[in-house]
Amino acid sequence: MSVGPYRLPTGGAIDRAQALSFRFDGTSLTGFAGDTLASALLANGHRVVGRSFKYHRPRGVLTAGPEEPNALVELRSGARREPNTKATTAELFDGLEAASQNRWPSLRFDIGAAARLAGSAASAGFYYKTFMWPAAFWEKVYEPAIRRAAGLGRASGVEDPDTYEKAFAFCDVLVIGGGPAGLIAALTAGRSGARVILCDEDFVLGGRLNAERTEIDGQPAAIWAAAIATELEALPNVRVMRRTAVVGVYDGGTYAALERVADHLLEPPFGQPRQRFWRIVAKTAVLATGAVERPIVFGGNDKPGVMMAGAVRTYLNRFSVAPGRRVAFFANNDDAWTTAADLRAAGVDLVAVIDSRAEVADHIRAKAGNARVELSAAVADAKGGYGLTSLQIATPKGRIALDADALAVSGGWNPQLGLATHLGGKPQWSERHAAFLLPADLPAGLTVAGAANGMMTTAEALADGAAKGATAADAAGFTAAPAPLPRASDESFAVAPLWQVAASRTKAFVDFQNDVTASDLALSVREGFTSVEHLKRYTTLGMATDQGRTSNVNGLAMLAALTGRGIAETGATRARPPERPVAFGALAGLHRGKHLKPTRLTPSHRWAASEGAVFIEAGPWLRAQWYPRPGEKTWLDSVSREAAAVRSAVGICDVSTLGKIALFGRDVGAFLDRVYCNTFSTLPVGKLRYGLMLREDGFVMDDGTTARLSENEWVMSTTTANAAKVMHHLELARQVLWPQLDVRLASVTEQWAQFAIAGPNARALLERLLGDVSDEVVPYLAARIFDLGGIPARLFRVSFSGERAYEIAVPAQYGDALAHELMWAGEGLGVTPYGTEALGVLRIEKGHVAGNELNGQTTARDLGLGKMMSAKKDYIGRVMAARPALIDPDRPMLAGFRAVDPTKRPRAGAHFLKIGAPETPENDEGYLTSVAFSPALNRWIGLGFIKRGPERVGERIRAYDRMQGGDLELEICAPVFVDPEGTRVHG
Amino acid sequence: MRFSFLSIAREALRGNRGWTPHWRDAEPKAAYDAVIIGGGGHGLATAYYLAKNHGLTNIAVLEKSWIGSGNVGRNTTIVRSNYLLPGNIPLYELSMKLWEGLERDLNYNAMVSQRGVLNLCHTDAQRDAFARRGNAMRLHGVEAELLDRKAVQRMCPFLDFDNARFPIQGGLLQRRGGTVRHDAVAWGYARGASDRGVDIVQNCAVTGIRIANGVVEGVETTRGFIAAKKVAMAVAGSTSQVASMAGLRLPIESHVLQAFVSEGLKPLIPGVITFGAGHFYISQSDKGGLVFGGDIDGYNSYAQRGNLHVVEDVAEEAMGLMPMTGRLRMLRSWGGIMDMSMDGSPIIDRTPIDGLFLNAGWCYGGFKAIPGSGLAYAHLIAKGEPHPAATALRLDRFRTGHLIDEKGQGAQANLH
Repeated sequence: MSVGPYRLPTGGAIDRAQALSFRFDGTSLTGFAGDTLASALLANGHRVVGRSFKYHRPRGVLTAGPEEPNALVELRSGARREPNTKATTAELFDGLEAASQNRWPSLRFDIGAAARLAGSAASAGFYYKTFMWPAAFWEKVYEPAIRRAAGLGRASGVEDPDTYEKAFAFCDVLVIGGGPAGLIAALTAGRSGARVILCDEDFVLGGRLNAERTEIDGQPAAIWAAAIATELEALPNVRVMRRTAVVGVYDGGTYAALERVADHLLEPPFGQPRQRFWRIVAKTAVLATGAVERPIVFGGNDKPGVMMAGAVRTYLNRFSVAPGRRVAFFANNDDAWTTAADLRAAGVDLVAVIDSRAEVADHIRAKAGNARVELSAAVADAKGGYGLTSLQIATPKGRIALDADALAVSGGWNPQLGLATHLGGKPQWSERHAAFLLPADLPAGLTVAGAANGMMTTAEALADGAAKGATAADAAGFTAAPAPLPRASDESFAVAPLWQVAASRTKAFVDFQNDVTASDLALSVREGFTSVEHLKRYTTLGMATDQGRTSNVNGLAMLAALTGRGIAETGATRARPPERPVAFGALAGLHRGKHLKPTRLTPSHRWAASEGAVFIEAGPWLRAQWYPRPGEKTWLDSVSREAAAVRSAVGICDVSTLGKIALFGRDVGAFLDRVYCNTFSTLPVGKLRYGLMLREDGFVMDDGTTARLSENEWVMSTTTANAAKVMHHLELARQVLWPQLDVRLASVTEQWAQFAIAGPNARALLERLLGDVSDEVVPYLAARIFDLGGIPARLFRVSFSGERAYEIAVPAQYGDALAHELMWAGEGLGVTPYGTEALGVLRIEKGHVAGNELNGQTTARDLGLGKMMSAKKDYIGRVMAARPALIDPDRPMLAGFRAVDPTKRPRAGAHFLKIGAPETPENDEGYLTSVAFSPALNRWIGLGFIKRGPERVGERIRAYDRMQGGDLELEICAPVFVDPEGTRVHG
Repeated sequence: MRFSFLSIAREALRGNRGWTPHWRDAEPKAAYDAVIIGGGGHGLATAYYLAKNHGLTNIAVLEKSWIGSGNVGRNTTIVRSNYLLPGNIPLYELSMKLWEGLERDLNYNAMVSQRGVLNLCHTDAQRDAFARRGNAMRLHGVEAELLDRKAVQRMCPFLDFDNARFPIQGGLLQRRGGTVRHDAVAWGYARGASDRGVDIVQNCAVTGIRIANGVVEGVETTRGFIAAKKVAMAVAGSTSQVASMAGLRLPIESHVLQAFVSEGLKPLIPGVITFGAGHFYISQSDKGGLVFGGDIDGYNSYAQRGNLHVVEDVAEEAMGLMPMTGRLRMLRSWGGIMDMSMDGSPIIDRTPIDGLFLNAGWCYGGFKAIPGSGLAYAHLIAKGEPHPAATALRLDRFRTGHLIDEKGQGAQANLH
């Protein structure tokens, strides 16, 4: 088995005993446990791994971390395909499959690369200037073509088979990042007894320590890191979370984190999620996210084979992979020279060291050994068709050509402060670091340590981490003892800024993924886009999946140079969460499919199911819509039978979903007088009353009945839809408006099962269960408590259908049993379960308003309930209901409607026009809200609002309906279609 | 410089060296006939139409930061005119018509993309409400179609039709709706206004409004006093703060709304889709990112950032609507400040102070309204009378009760 042509013979943190096979673009390859996909591809000599967004240029691995702009792949296949996955952070596993993106037909031969031919015409912002002629071509020709070319990876297009979890954690000290500063911060805080969580996104703790040959306390730094990790994990108050990236900082010390539970496995183990989304609430936090190396902008700097110097060290030291056979090196700082030393130590041919600075200290220079060194020099252009082959170097003596197949580049390091700025802080420019450092206004409780805080050497980072760990623990109420600091290197990181090589002649990239070049920036400035945010938006700099982690600082430094401003004055764009892209699935957790929202079932759901009910979503509830019987062909057959049964015999309807609010206290009557527009304080014990509730703005909020069960105990019913809203409203009134009233509230919707028993046989049915419920015992609008075999049963004499009807309520656990009892009691009486549709038919026949009429836009008067608004007392909504527009006599008011042709079906949502009137908004007279087929009348009927409706009974109007084919002639009638005298309710 | 085939070809050959700034970055003058506070979409469009339609060119747009830095630069880019109420439809339809001709009018391609806006319904009551809305639109001459479940499935087979918690019953489709490249709207209007002589003044924050005897005299700014006979506010989420400089207290609350974008993907969804069993809307940009959003965070705020409860809620609804999004990644979220009015509809009106005008209260629907709002506001500022398409958008409607409450939520700002 090949270990890969670029794999070094020894070294690295890979497990050579564990070979892993994987496929890239269909080719079988081998890597080792401990590899990333990027390191395994590099070991196998795959330098080109993708194509760029706009010009389709071949691109290779640039970095060794999450800042990677180039090496994006489609990871896995089928329903698990993940587009735009960074090969540099994808942990290798046996059986991994990956494919390159944004190329067709293949990575090597990509038709899209013809985009390069457009050349200068396709510079930044070109689309704002073009695609306008001829006018119709944008929609039909240009845009479809642009859309096809857009995007990078392909979505799977099907449901993700994996699951995700959400989890919550609380701690005293959250340490973000497990590099040297983070490790020692966590250890210091952990030893103080504070509850510590340490999150690190890598699968090995240690951060840069794993990538360097440096030593701590005389041992290899990676070994030191592993020892600290072991100690941390042994502390009971410390939780170490590997593969966990903190992705967002929110108000109140809330941190979002993504744990990649099974991304390093072929499939999640049984019962395990793919990822877990954490919400961590921390008293204090230490941000130790390190720094990211930035490129230098020169011609051809995007050629596969050009790689960040720090990444070269990572591949050499951690993964034991050589970046090439002949490696050159280009930098502007001391730190990067370590790469030269490491290359030599690994036995890789170092062909040249190029530094833009005129002078480099001798001990730094010594790291290059005998390699050729060019100072005051720069790589002007990198050459090569499908990967780097040679370099053009600009020196004081002129241009030199040099053969090389890899180039390590370092333009200095940018502290990673994204999380520190999520709440709005602005990073400050530091000339000494040639980088942005932490903002003055950090999120409360957050401190920054290590390289993220500009402490660029290992020794500085360790000292800073220990100090910040102690500070954080102290701030959380613990006493941290300063631990002795380990010995570590304190080598110079001196840097002389170099953003762009002026001598470059070919395309020089600032943002690799979005193909933003140096000339795009110059053009942008020429066209007036000189604010850093304008530049970003005009050129798309920093807007790709890497969010500009390798490009933003270079871009704005170049902007500063182009505009003659300083970098500090130019400022940076604002970092926005998430710090790492997060899968929708992880953010949604288990709330998907049927579990998007909780499903509420009524206590007698099983009974309804056993009766064959068809259920319908009603907000969070499932309600029985109708109960089909053998021989019924359509839903209308079932609904009409049910409605007719209520009119002729007796029906049972589950009304448990209606909101139920218990009210207790001496002042409930006074309270209700203020929240209902009609009077309740006069209601005697044992009675109930229909009530109408207005919003503060004078429109109707809800209706329902409230019963007085005893002197100080009341129970209110609300509509199903408004149960929570009414509860909120009452709580606001009770707690904020009138705290002095003696009123207590409890939502008891789920504590009671409630059924309507309606129809001429309702009394007979109930008497089999409860004994005498005649008008003498339970008169109309009475509320009585019965003993039903030892269970307290509440009986309310109310009617929504217009028939003699009762509602009976029992504690929820008896709901299902009661439904069976009611059916038993109704045997021989024609008992029929009826659902929400028949309920709707019956109420429309009686002209009772419901959800479609209580739409938040109607007044009591609109609903024909104006007389309920008491003139004798004050109540919520009274004043605002008197505004001129609310009492305008021309407002649409409730009326009944029926089609002139009785065979025709009007449709809710139709508007009303005078017959023959032009179809204009000025002629719009109202709209139809509810329509039903009335079995009692054997025709379709409806309710709606029409201008001066009650005055226009008998008039014919047009139902204007362009949506559902209900454009018909209608006759306006009274809204009560059945039993207008109201005798049946007593029948 | 005019954009044409010729100019593009010429510049391509010259290495793009001849392009000039899209708008003049002007120094403020001591006095103008009118100043517009706010260099966002509405302010810049207003300036453009003041110059173009009313010949008013001695005017300035004062922007505290860079133009387009407010909500026009941070939104979900949706344009539509599928409203219910007669107070709203004319303005949004005027806007829609202006969008349709915007590229030619401005000689600037803001990439108006009419790929349709589909509102899904999940209950009978919602379908009835959509029918009512669709019919209202048709009465106003706006196209609308009510789709049944099958038609929705043909159009968007990737929605959850098998296992949805709230099964899709159908949808209201406006085919002319779509998306627009939002930043380009600000730039295009700025360029058009600047070309006509309007001063676009950036980094010039208004710190006070000078009023004498109930008449406006000008504005105090970080760059000195600027006299103006007319002062027009168009400051979106900052309305309550700027209006307070004139002693006005408005029926507006400031709330934070988040929006989101995914990583770039090959074309996946056709137009704008909204989920009706919650609050979620999504489209795909020409660059490939899924652009989406949901509810406001729910609390009053001036901070341009949001919190996790909405992030999670939005992702849940994305998954509920489109299970295929599970492995796609949210790349970036951001927060903008919304003027939430008490009925959910905007205000374009005079104020009790002579010469001071108000354009505010767009809640989170301001982007789509930019052209129409600019045109109507310019009309009001120039003529002193409301534009016929904006007669209902009055400040005094909260007193008279002539509310424009599309959702019927009442005077609770965070429910609109």
